Amino acid sequence: MKPDCLILRFGEMMLKGKNRKKFEHSVMIQIRMVFSSFPDVRYIPEFGRVYVVLGDTDYVLAAKALERVFGLASWSPAYHADMELAAIQRAALGIMEALPKRPATFKVTARRVNKQFPHDSQEINHLVGGYVLQAMPGLQVDVRSPEVELRVEIREDRVLLYCDVIEGIGGFPSGTSGKALLMLSGGIDSPVAGWMAMRKGLTLEAIHFHSYPYTSERAKEKVISLAHQLAGYTDVLKLHLVSFTDVQTSIHQAYKDDLLVTLIRRAMYRIAERIAEREGLGALVTGESLGQVASQTLPSLHAIGQVVSLPLLQPLMMMDKQEIIGVAEKIGTFPISILPYEDCCSLFLPPSPSTNPNLRLVEKLEESMEFLQALIDKAVLETETIEIVHGQLKQESIAHLF
Amino acid sequence: MLYMDYAATSPLYEEVIQTIAEVMRTHYGNPSSIHRLGVEAEKLVQTAKGVIATAIGVSANEIICTSGGTESNNLAIKGVAYGYQHRGKHLITTQVEHASVKEVFAQLAQEGFRVTYLPVSSTGRVQLEDLRAAICEDTTLVSIMYVNNEMGAIQPIQEIGQLLMAYPKIIFHVDAIQGIVKLPLQPKAWGIDLCSASAHKFRGPKGAGFLYRRAGINLQPLLAGGGQEYGVRSGTENVPLIVGMAKALRMSMDNQMDKMAHSYRLRQRLVSGIAAMPELVVTGAHQDHEAAPHIVHFIFAGMKAEVVVHALEQKGVYISTRSACTSGESEPSEVMLALGASREMAMSGLRVSFSADHQEQEIEQFISALQNVVRDLAPLRNQPVVRKEKRV
Repeated sequence: MKPDCLILRFGEMMLKGKNRKKFEHSVMIQIRMVFSSFPDVRYIPEFGRVYVVLGDTDYVLAAKALERVFGLASWSPAYHADMELAAIQRAALGIMEALPKRPATFKVTARRVNKQFPHDSQEINHLVGGYVLQAMPGLQVDVRSPEVELRVEIREDRVLLYCDVIEGIGGFPSGTSGKALLMLSGGIDSPVAGWMAMRKGLTLEAIHFHSYPYTSERAKEKVISLAHQLAGYTDVLKLHLVSFTDVQTSIHQAYKDDLLVTLIRRAMYRIAERIAEREGLGALVTGESLGQVASQTLPSLHAIGQVVSLPLLQPLMMMDKQEIIGVAEKIGTFPISILPYEDCCSLFLPPSPSTNPNLRLVEKLEESMEFLQALIDKAVLETETIEIVHGQLKQESIAHLF
Repeated sequence: MLYMDYAATSPLYEEVIQTIAEVMRTHYGNPSSIHRLGVEAEKLVQTAKGVIATAIGVSANEIICTSGGTESNNLAIKGVAYGYQHRGKHLITTQVEHASVKEVFAQLAQEGFRVTYLPVSSTGRVQLEDLRAAICEDTTLVSIMYVNNEMGAIQPIQEIGQLLMAYPKIIFHVDAIQGIVKLPLQPKAWGIDLCSASAHKFRGPKGAGFLYRRAGINLQPLLAGGGQEYGVRSGTENVPLIVGMAKALRMSMDNQMDKMAHSYRLRQRLVSGIAAMPELVVTGAHQDHEAAPHIVHFIFAGMKAEVVVHALEQKGVYISTRSACTSGESEPSEVMLALGASREMAMSGLRVSFSADHQEQEIEQFISALQNVVRDLAPLRNQPVVRKEKRV
């Protein structure tokens, strides 16, 4: 039995009072986007939910696509039945028999919106439940805590039955929380941070620092693939590529000791903030996770975060590495992240970077580096921006070959 | 000229030739090089794998590029036999496989593996009960072709995959070289672990093929070397042919269902045209779901198949005696013998194979050429077959 309809329920955003309309509109745009390759689907919106009639659409593909809808609290695969008792009973039995594991207990919960239907919801519970009981010996009714709750909705023009309620990915609809700049390295963490930011309704752009010839073309390709993976949730993502070689090598020439990482990261944050301001983005999103590496201790975070005034959003701060990896696998960035190409963060590492940088000292060192401001300006100016459209990772230059 | 030997090989799409030439000319980098030219070449290979993977609904990292069908079959079968011999040394295949499968099993049998060859029905199909009965504790591999290269019989791959789902330790290999593009193929949904394909059967280049390897299957490599293709198939990737293969597959798969329906219409016309000649007998399955849309096999009893091929050739029409890979030999067809044909019948099998790009009038043209050839050759038939019929 293949479901012929999906019931999608919206979540947290329902609390948003006056903004509800706007939020529903945004989530509908997202739903239409993820279903855009299924010409057959029809949408029936209702308060707080939408019915998606699948037609000839493949249910498995449609279910998979829902993993990309932010603001989706839960959803149910549902089945249509004709507006008559016998048809409802047959459909109910079909659903119960098709369950992967036969339950010991169940109950029927009917809701009658269409008052023309000759039986009220209590009667429907009995008539449908009784029919199923008779056909499935051994099954029992438990109205308090049934293993399966089979819901029957008698709507104005159709009857829907379902029993699964599947959790959606939650969050706020795409683009309802403003815009932010994700600092995207080639690692495991930053794409996850980006995804979590997107799930909270932020529209993202990403910034990546490369250091030719110290980093390779492949490291850049890797970041482009990561950005492309993230673009799967929004369709398009702007990626700013900063040539960081001069800044990095100049700092390194002037200073090689244990504060090097702090100095370099401060320079990165400064450049990122400048790009964010230029592009009208209201926050920086990074993949820092407390205590993970030397630059992620409290004193380091303080010394580095100092240099920007935009809100710093760091969603992974309190997460364990395994949890982060779990999300990375779910969103498909993990296999890309573990490709071996180094990014610029692992260049010129001092033997033992400071876990407790002295802010005064850092500031003094920067003052002595008179070249710094000009190089940062130049890096901002020469930043290359590319637009990554999901499904179009193929470069224009080779697309015609396929 | 009328080329109707597509099951042997097919002409390349013009666009594919252009693509291959351009990649050869421009993107000559080694995909393993770390510089830009290498990265570009690698990207071409990755994109090609993505295109191939999309066409059959799998992931790009499940595609291993090879030099063609023979290598794909060798890699799949030996890779599993050796790679999983700690689990057991029993292998199952059929009596009607292509030489690149059959001979591999013959080699393995010599090395001490036990091989069960499943029989086929008179329409060329494996019976599920036979397979179920053949499975042992130590079976590691079941290898069954999708479409028979000689007769066009379709094996019930989907049902076999379903049956084998109950045996998660048995690896299921499908030689889909004649089936891909012509028929639906969903390795994931059908429980296929390994699936071979060859580019030149779907209007791509010779010397390129691929093996779908479900994530999680370990194959022992045939070639040791630089560790390309996930370490399974060392050797610098053949970038131009890989790209050409992806393009040919993409183009062949466009409107697949329409093409299939069109091919079946052509096949029906061909079958009825051949069946209308009393000297000829159409062999194998007659129902669409048992016969591939692009192959018709028939017998001109009492006439050496080779003679018919050459007589048609004089009229500019090209067909085959059984499969091109074995037709050089003048031995009876083992596939036909497995189907229960007599030795004489098995010497006189002919194969016509075409593509969805053919049109009705070409089929008509073929039938009339065949009619002429049959009329000319009929008086020269060997008598034994006729006498045999009289005795019946």
